[in-house]
Amino acid sequence: MEKFDLKVIDEILENYGCDKTRIISIMQDVQAVYRYLPAEVLKYIAGKVGISEAKIFGVATFYGNFSLDAKGKYVLKVCRGTACHVRRSDKILDAIYEATGTNEGKATSDDGLFTIETVSCLGACGLSPVVMVNDTVHPQMTPDKAKALITELRTKED
Amino acid sequence: MKRTRINSIEEFRQYQAACKAQAAAQNRKVLVCCGTGCVAGGSLKIFEELKKQIEAKGLKTQVLLAEGLEDDPNPEAITMKKSGCHGFCEMGPLVRIEPEGWLYTKCKLSDVEEIVDKTIVNGEFVDRLGYAKLGTLCKRQEDIPFYKLQTRRVLEHCGHIDAESIEEYLSIGGYSAMAKALFEMSSEEIINEVSDSGLRGRGGAGFPTGKKWSQVAANKDTPKYVVCNGDEGDPGAFMDRSCMEGDPNKVIEGMIVAGIATGSTEGYIYVRAEYPLAVSRLRNAIAQAEELGLIGDNILGSGKNFHMHINCGAGAFVCGEGSAMTASIEGNRGMPRTKPPRSVDKGLFNKPTCLNNVETFANIPDIINKGAAWFKSVGTETSSGTKAFALTGNVENTGLIEVPMGATMREVVYDIGGGIKNGKKFKAVQIGGPSGGCLTEEHLDLPMDFDSLKKVGAIIGSGGLVVMDETSCMVNIAKFFMGFICDESCGKCTPCREGTTRMLEILTRITEGKGKDGDIEELRSLAKMIQVSSLCGLGKTAPNPVLSTLQNFEEEYREHIYDKKCRTGTCRKLSHLVIDPELCIGCTKCARNCPVGAITGELRKPHVIDTDKCIKCGTCKDGCPKKAIKEA
Repeated sequence: MEKFDLKVIDEILENYGCDKTRIISIMQDVQAVYRYLPAEVLKYIAGKVGISEAKIFGVATFYGNFSLDAKGKYVLKVCRGTACHVRRSDKILDAIYEATGTNEGKATSDDGLFTIETVSCLGACGLSPVVMVNDTVHPQMTPDKAKALITELRTKED
Repeated sequence: MKRTRINSIEEFRQYQAACKAQAAAQNRKVLVCCGTGCVAGGSLKIFEELKKQIEAKGLKTQVLLAEGLEDDPNPEAITMKKSGCHGFCEMGPLVRIEPEGWLYTKCKLSDVEEIVDKTIVNGEFVDRLGYAKLGTLCKRQEDIPFYKLQTRRVLEHCGHIDAESIEEYLSIGGYSAMAKALFEMSSEEIINEVSDSGLRGRGGAGFPTGKKWSQVAANKDTPKYVVCNGDEGDPGAFMDRSCMEGDPNKVIEGMIVAGIATGSTEGYIYVRAEYPLAVSRLRNAIAQAEELGLIGDNILGSGKNFHMHINCGAGAFVCGEGSAMTASIEGNRGMPRTKPPRSVDKGLFNKPTCLNNVETFANIPDIINKGAAWFKSVGTETSSGTKAFALTGNVENTGLIEVPMGATMREVVYDIGGGIKNGKKFKAVQIGGPSGGCLTEEHLDLPMDFDSLKKVGAIIGSGGLVVMDETSCMVNIAKFFMGFICDESCGKCTPCREGTTRMLEILTRITEGKGKDGDIEELRSLAKMIQVSSLCGLGKTAPNPVLSTLQNFEEEYREHIYDKKCRTGTCRKLSHLVIDPELCIGCTKCARNCPVGAITGELRKPHVIDTDKCIKCGTCKDGCPKKAIKEA
């Protein structure tokens, strides 16, 4: 438990008045801090708001946006919506998998920099195909632009 | 001037008049589109650069104050606004210049200097940034065919006002409908007006809104809730996003009116997590409305209360279903439940709930202000008003459009959408997302309204229109939607959880060249079983894309199954790549790019692909400078 600052979590819980109906919002804020939901933290929250551990894990695992594993610094959401699909987003996904050394079964790169996810639709269909890096939408992607984007992010880290 | 609480209808009218006066005093206005699409294109930087360069010319700029009205408005100053989405995302970033109503498209940082020099300083139009079609330059936004042919009611102000200032919304008569509902109408009169307008839910099923409201109003149980469904999850749809980003107060006002009419005091907006900008614009609008006392206790001294809450989704498509949404707001797994009881009787926290979609609520202020007759003046007899559609895919002009109900597909795809991209041939339109169906050439003149579409096996749904050209494989599209449903099925009921998985398995097999006799019949029988026995709307409508592609393109399915052929070359496992020796110049690029070394040949002589080694990744085809590599 030492590696997690409970003060931060208490603050988040306080913002929602420890209300168990706000559990999704609470977990969203916690994930914004740690980029994932550490199991110990979930147990702590369950105790604080007064729900069972089974219940909080049930909710956390139901929603696609929650992750119980540590995520990379950059979360790349490759849109696989209809509009992006008909403009060949599959090739962009392949290019990103290749450039980051990830694949369908392995979402996070070995260096911990990138997590690759696919999403159903980012609602930026007019600019398809799109990739979202954290909260920034990158429009009209091509496999080459995707590779350049990975290189650019990597250079930023060096 | 800091906002203060408005305590009476008289004070409200005064404040609204002050907002109108402030807007009227702004002469030169520069509106930079800051919707998700244009922000992705760099519009925020363009905004800052415009401001910087205008000031560098010694001109004054003013931005709308976050805290309220300007104390000392300067009519000479250039007003800079961050607007919401214009819906013309592909042409973005967009900059609108007023009072002329000019629209600059595809603006880049490097264009800022010219805009400032020519337009701001000299009042001239920069021709090269204007929208031109076939040599005709359209200076004004309203002259562009894409806009000219639309009837923008819900989206009327999207892109034309600053989406982060409640004063802007008040300046165009905002919150008048709420004031009217509070002081001039009884609950019954409001509901009658909405019923008379014939407004039907814009979320998909088309349930009459007035009827829903009257059921909630009639229920004696308290407290009651108003829930706005902003969980726009259909791939290919973004009407609600634009609405929440571009004119958030309109949605909020519609919800407050619903609260007054049904006797509800709490409103929840459920927005998907993929829309961070919509969430922040709504939060901002709610905070400003609370400062003015337009939301809260004793609104405008009327004695009526209404509070607003925002809930963010967490990436579960099924939460767009009413009972799953209320479960999610309550902090549970977002799973649907059996109905009845319906949400009007037992919805959020098991209390009577008025649950409508974003676009439905956004229609309400106009119905209250202008009346049911005005609303019905467009549309068809059973589907009145307008509908916003997200036009995407292989069409020339992609974007957000709003047309009267009953407009034909031809008008939308060809007149507004500008036809098929790259001169290709029209094949189909997928309407209504994963619950919808596809329409083909023979349906081009069919009016798009709730009932006509239902007859041909499609639905309006939330309004996503994905246009497909001759290069789209319909079996692949059906597989795509089935894959989506399999991912998003919540798993609660067996027909949806298992049935869709089996259907996906068959479709995958077909696209991989392993289709067998009987597959089509098996798909149809599974589809029927899923339709009749699933628990919620997601499952009941899940087979629609398969059934409708089967109905319209059965021949393509047969080709895949019996001839092991995909006519579009989309299903890679059914095709192999060949190099046309006539076109190949022997540049060796493909041989160098091939990851498995399947291509051989001498320099400047035609190359060949070894089909045994080839993994059909398509890298060679994409990179060929002479387009000599083809699917065969």
